[in-house]
Amino acid sequence: MSAVATAPAKDLAPKILSRDPGAFEIPKGREEEWRYTPIRKIADFFVPQSWGSVGAVPSPFVNIVEPDDPRLSTTWMPTDRVSAVAFAGVKKVVLITIPADHIVEESIVVNLVGEMLNNYAHIEVQVGKFSRSQIVIIHDSAANVSGSIVTEVGDQAELTLLSVLDAEAPLKQHWNWTTNVGRDSRFLGLSISLGGEVVRMVPTVNYRAPGGSAEMLGAFLLEGDQYQEHRILVNHTEPHCVSNVVYKGALSGQGAHSVWVGDVLVRREAIGIQTYELNRNLLLNDGPRADSVPNLELETGDVVSAGHASATGRFDDEQLFYLQSRGIPESIARQLVVRGFFVDVLNRVNDRSLRKNLMERIEMRLGMVTHD
Amino acid sequence: MSKLEIKDLHASVSTDSGDSEILRGVSLTVESGTTSAIMGPNGSGKSTLAYVLAGHPKYTVTSGTVTLDGQDVLGMSVDERARAGLFLAMQYPVEIPGVSVSNFLRTSITSLRGEAPKLRTWTKDMKEAMSELQMDPAFASRNVNEGFSGGEKKRHEILQLGLMEPKIAILDETDSGLDVDALKVVSEGVNRFQQKTNAGVLLITHYTRILKYIEPDVVHVFIDGRIVETGGPELANSLEADGYERFSAAKA
Ligand SMILES: Nc1ncnc2c1ncn2[C@@H]1O[C@H](COP(=O)(O)OP(=O)(O)OP(=O)(O)O)[C@@H](O)[C@H]1O
Ligand SMILES: [Mg+2]
Repeated sequence: MSAVATAPAKDLAPKILSRDPGAFEIPKGREEEWRYTPIRKIADFFVPQSWGSVGAVPSPFVNIVEPDDPRLSTTWMPTDRVSAVAFAGVKKVVLITIPADHIVEESIVVNLVGEMLNNYAHIEVQVGKFSRSQIVIIHDSAANVSGSIVTEVGDQAELTLLSVLDAEAPLKQHWNWTTNVGRDSRFLGLSISLGGEVVRMVPTVNYRAPGGSAEMLGAFLLEGDQYQEHRILVNHTEPHCVSNVVYKGALSGQGAHSVWVGDVLVRREAIGIQTYELNRNLLLNDGPRADSVPNLELETGDVVSAGHASATGRFDDEQLFYLQSRGIPESIARQLVVRGFFVDVLNRVNDRSLRKNLMERIEMRLGMVTHD
Repeated sequence: MSKLEIKDLHASVSTDSGDSEILRGVSLTVESGTTSAIMGPNGSGKSTLAYVLAGHPKYTVTSGTVTLDGQDVLGMSVDERARAGLFLAMQYPVEIPGVSVSNFLRTSITSLRGEAPKLRTWTKDMKEAMSELQMDPAFASRNVNEGFSGGEKKRHEILQLGLMEPKIAILDETDSGLDVDALKVVSEGVNRFQQKTNAGVLLITHYTRILKYIEPDVVHVFIDGRIVETGGPELANSLEADGYERFSAAKA
């Protein structure tokens, strides 16, 4: 089953910004942004708990600091109850800093580790102006986490931020991922989410100045009765910026349910921008449900380009037939098709071995044999 | 020497309004080194015959037999048939997003031969085969059939034919959608393949145009799910002149 809908135009920007959890109501499920989420399953994410904190091994670019450390952003504010509760409860912050003018050739890999089964997390990424780096955040694959990633991309900096969640256990994770893009800077966010009982990812892109470019690419995979929600907001408030959102999802299993919401808001001031968003979902069998809701709200007609596309389709038997008729066994044919489906997202992972590793993880989860 | 033998083949497709029989008793034989043409009007079931031979899951064989050198083809999976030596150049080749032509061809050849081709000779072979069909080498890195024009799709089918070297090749309207120059290039590709491998060719077509370049030994007239007449190349000429009415009338 699939559904594509375009929500009615309305102001999509968050209404409340506060570090006080009490400033937000506990969602009941009827709110627009929670209407798909099985909130009963994550009810304890909305009420303060005595949970552990997520940490990482310190390294030249990675520090573990107190939540009130003066180096952290003072302007960042939670935009919903769940992230306000998480920030109020977190005891340590993973601070990743790339100094100005620094070119870091090797990927900086940050393995997040939760102290307990349930954890709060706060990650802050600060990349200085004119720097270039690729940061890989590997989420804890065996812990429940509620947290935020706050990213500041300095002027004319280039940052690739790759987030990998490869859930082993039926875990629950909720992430608000806010990125502020500086003048003429380039941001590539890659979100790979495999499995998880309830996974809700809420990336937001803001522009601090004109000329910035942001891409948010995602690949996700659901099996069994897993739930994943990817709710993206791109907030064009500055002129001559670019946004490109591409999410690909593959679903198998009876109760799997994915939700993709792509809200792009183009303010009156944001003249001359280019924006595009795309979501494609591949249903590997009967049963899964994929909701896909692209939503473009234009306050100015003075844009270079603005578009969106969304499609959900069954695994194409004609493709399988074609490949098999060339002697390719069914399992390898399926693998080719799934690889092909994800290739435009995964090809953006620069690191070759990481890319291969991600593809193998996906294939392993789909129960496909790996060859070559 | 190889021999594809089709005997009294009946096949149907299930639609919303029940099963409908499309092949109603097809019998024919294709042997190595020979070329048979099947000609028939739109909707007579020519592609269905091709698909059924290749094992398309949409169709159900209700009776009859198909053997390749005595082996039961109908009992084989689609990929087993290809590995046994059957090839179908499709009327409407399928687009495979994200899978490059070179990766596709290499995977196919690896499956057919049971081992990966040596990288250096493989790249050379592929380049040569492409230039023989006057295909831009850039096609190797494009996605399979994606955004190909009608003619490019057909060249790509014949490229595969040349690289895969089947025992029996079924070409379903490989000529349609080709201009005269392309038709020549593609026909030469088929002839080269046949001279090199001595394969059997079953050529499905609408028009006699291609028969100027690929000369058939036998022409079958296909109407309403079966062969109604078989003759030599001269039969094609009379079809060109008179159309299929004579046969349709005979049927009614
Ligand atoms: N999958 C299908 N579902 C329903 N009907 C089908 C299907 N495949 C074939 N048919 C029907 O079977 C008949 C034969 O079709 P087929 O494509 O084999 O004809 P053809 O001789 O190849 O025609 P053309 O010359 O137009 O290529 C047609 O009436 C067609 O509508
Ligand atoms: Mg046809």
